[in-house]
Amino acid sequence: MKLITTLLLLLTLSVGTQASESVKLQEANIDLTDKVSLLRGAKHFVTYCLGCHSAKYMRYLRIALDTGVDEKTVLDDIAPVGASIYDQLKSAMNKHDAEKWFGTQPPDLSLIARSRGADWLYSYLKSYYIDPSRPFGANNLIFEDTAMPNPLWQLQGEQHAVQRKTIWGEYAQLVLDEPGKLSEKEFDLMVNDLVNFLVYVGEPVQQERQSMGKYVLAFLGLFLVIAYLLKKEYWKDIHKAIK
Amino acid sequence: MKIDRLALCGNWILARFPLAKVWNEHMTHYYAPRNFNFWYFFGSLALLVLVNQFVTGILLTMNYKPDAKLAFDSVEYIMRDVHWGWLIRYMHSTGASAFFIVIYLHMFRGIMYGSFKQPRELIWIFGMLLFVCLMAEAFMGYLLPWGQMSYWGAQVIISLFSAIPVIGDDLSLWVRGDYVVSDATLNRFFAFHVISVPLVLVMLVFLHIVALHEVGSNNPDGIEIKKYKDEKGIPLDGIPFHPYYTVKDIVGVAVFLIFFATVIFYMPEMGGYFLEHANFIPADPMKTPEHIAPVWYFTPFYAILRAIPDKFAGVIGMGGAIVVLFLLPWLDRNPVKSIRYRSGVYKKALLLLVISFIGLGYLGTQPATPELTMFARILTAVYFGFFLLMPIYTRWEKTKPVPQRVTEQHSFEEQLHTLEEQLPALLDEITELKQGTTSEIGDPAFRSSFFSRRPNAEGIINVMTRVAKKLKESLD
Amino acid sequence: MINEGVDNAKRQFLTSALTVVGAVGTGYLAVPFLAQMQPSVKAMAAGAPVEVDISKIEAGQLIRVAWRGKPVWILNRTPEVIATLKTLDSQLRDPLSKESIQPDYSKNPVRSIKPEIFVAVGLCTHLGCSPTFRPEIAPNDLGDNWKGGFFCPCHGSWFDLAGRVYQGVPAPTNLEIPPYRYITDTLIIVGETTGEKTA
Repeated sequence: MKLITTLLLLLTLSVGTQASESVKLQEANIDLTDKVSLLRGAKHFVTYCLGCHSAKYMRYLRIALDTGVDEKTVLDDIAPVGASIYDQLKSAMNKHDAEKWFGTQPPDLSLIARSRGADWLYSYLKSYYIDPSRPFGANNLIFEDTAMPNPLWQLQGEQHAVQRKTIWGEYAQLVLDEPGKLSEKEFDLMVNDLVNFLVYVGEPVQQERQSMGKYVLAFLGLFLVIAYLLKKEYWKDIHKAIK
Repeated sequence: MKIDRLALCGNWILARFPLAKVWNEHMTHYYAPRNFNFWYFFGSLALLVLVNQFVTGILLTMNYKPDAKLAFDSVEYIMRDVHWGWLIRYMHSTGASAFFIVIYLHMFRGIMYGSFKQPRELIWIFGMLLFVCLMAEAFMGYLLPWGQMSYWGAQVIISLFSAIPVIGDDLSLWVRGDYVVSDATLNRFFAFHVISVPLVLVMLVFLHIVALHEVGSNNPDGIEIKKYKDEKGIPLDGIPFHPYYTVKDIVGVAVFLIFFATVIFYMPEMGGYFLEHANFIPADPMKTPEHIAPVWYFTPFYAILRAIPDKFAGVIGMGGAIVVLFLLPWLDRNPVKSIRYRSGVYKKALLLLVISFIGLGYLGTQPATPELTMFARILTAVYFGFFLLMPIYTRWEKTKPVPQRVTEQHSFEEQLHTLEEQLPALLDEITELKQGTTSEIGDPAFRSSFFSRRPNAEGIINVMTRVAKKLKESLD
Repeated sequence: MINEGVDNAKRQFLTSALTVVGAVGTGYLAVPFLAQMQPSVKAMAAGAPVEVDISKIEAGQLIRVAWRGKPVWILNRTPEVIATLKTLDSQLRDPLSKESIQPDYSKNPVRSIKPEIFVAVGLCTHLGCSPTFRPEIAPNDLGDNWKGGFFCPCHGSWFDLAGRVYQGVPAPTNLEIPPYRYITDTLIIVGETTGEKTA
């Protein structure tokens, strides 16, 4: 009984742990079986993120293995020129330069999806707005005063924040002023692919782990059945002795 | 011919080593009460988890680097580049949490059935020492991944020592080996986690089991089976541990492994409770995470620490919460062991203990707001109340008559069978026939089936009051 | 206990079944536990093929590169050395490299693709020490029979400048030749035969 209540408590709690921020997060559509999305995400990562951020625990080889694409395609289509298949996704940016430009070193993104969560990343990348008071002219609704300039503004376009009042209180909403190169739908898909890739990078084995789980559980189920039959057979002695 | 050689070889060893004797003494001729229930699985499961931690732990040390610059990277290296490293690491991290679940249930069993009482006080003391060791082991192990939570958790807990008057500051400095948690701390914690504490753990497990097998196991009826023996000196209510409890424990192991594997393969982070989100960020001595909370198994004690508005008193309260457990055999003045024959007062007190423990555990994971701190104070008082008021409320308890021999309980299969029999009547009571379906159209079998019925509010209320009454009765 | 009417055959069967299933499970669990000691992806990355520019190696010079953490020698042999090699067959244990490890394209008397460029793993086939390069002829310490070659300081094995082992020394076979190929005339890649990786 205590076990069950503890488990229930844990389950209900786990729902609310990551979303402690006041702004409501938008939901990312994470599907690690969608290899095409992962490859698109990888390409976006190399194009828009790798300039400043590394994902130093991830190797190009792993991308090739997990998406089923051959090594040459990964090197030609995704990796920067001159990378080896065994290389890790390391940014070429100099640490001192980074600190001079942004005031801080851009964090490694290998585990960002595990520490922040997919929905947070998805919302964050979509929540930049114009704010002239910031050094790069942009602020973020999800992560206020973020040190990162919006890397995707050309694609998304420019947004500004509007305060809305409702009976539940005041909240900020973003309005698109000037459309970017991508339509809203295309941009959402693009950010989603990127976040999907980051979730994959956070734990490349998760897909394999889950598909393996079925067999392990089935096997343990078989073990349980036999063990139970054996127990029942032996315990006949005890039940007989009592009667 | 070959078999003979093998037998000869076996005899050669048996003549020189008491293998058969040990096996008989502790397995085939160790008589355990025949009425063990669900709660008696957790001892053997704790042993299983201990073995799991040892094996996976040794494998992890092969690739882990106890160096502040390399530790975090080496854990990710294990997760990604080492073949199957992820499985071994998850088995170890999930095993840590599983260890505490199993141990808490095991301890609760002991409290519920009075297993700590005369003549088993020493078993309880060894068990409590094991628990303290386990907490030390888990705490030091948690520093090793060198993430933000590892770092700041260790920083906070080691700072607790500084609350001790006079020597506190020097003591915490000595434990860390530096002015903050650093490479030196990590390196020594690694040594403790991998060698020293495990050795002590194994020794204590040995003592725990030797002490248990000397006096014999308690049981859900809380009576001594050794009082009534047959002409051969075998307890009438005892059955050989092997094969009866070995085959039963294997069933427990199988069920446990199913839960264990589900966590490992489908939810290794357990929503941030087994592996905390902030621990995926490398330790940064310059920046504390916004909300730091220990891993779930420490949160009840952590909540007590926070509830008390004085540093030294808080540390005393936290330590005291564990010390009172040691004193349990002498706090409980009632000679009746099992909860089955104890008074309603005690049952309610135990229920309050469970509520306060789980409540404190929950509060320990939450940020400390004034309201929650208030709750934590109340629950802390309840927790200590259970133990410290024990000498009073257990002395004049009205207990029920304790039987001489162990009682028959309905087995799991029988309970399932009864439930199956009662189910149609129960369904009839909580549902009523839908209006309109009583017409002649349609298959009569369908009309009487479940789908042609709808919930009946009155019936549901009746059933619920009955359940509530039964629950209340069980507390009297 | 009452032991009458016990279905021993059923017990035996169930015990065996559980033992088998348990053993299979343990076996499956043992695979990851043992496989984790295999070289990791990082080790494999360090074992990736290495490109070596050989245009700067003068005649008679030996350079060392690391491949899979092992020393790989690349020696530029002079015509005199190649001529000497042909005279040594009678003193060698395996002059035609029948017992030794090398790719097929190096299974010839000079043990190389191009006669002058000799590539070999610089570890003695006896117990894995790295022999020293002794190109001089008849030095004081090695005696008059020394025609230039590799001398293993650990246990005294002799190899000629094609890595072939002499008779009467502890090393059983010739030095190992790694897979390698020419990308261009002056650039070789060690660890790869024809664009395919050798795992």
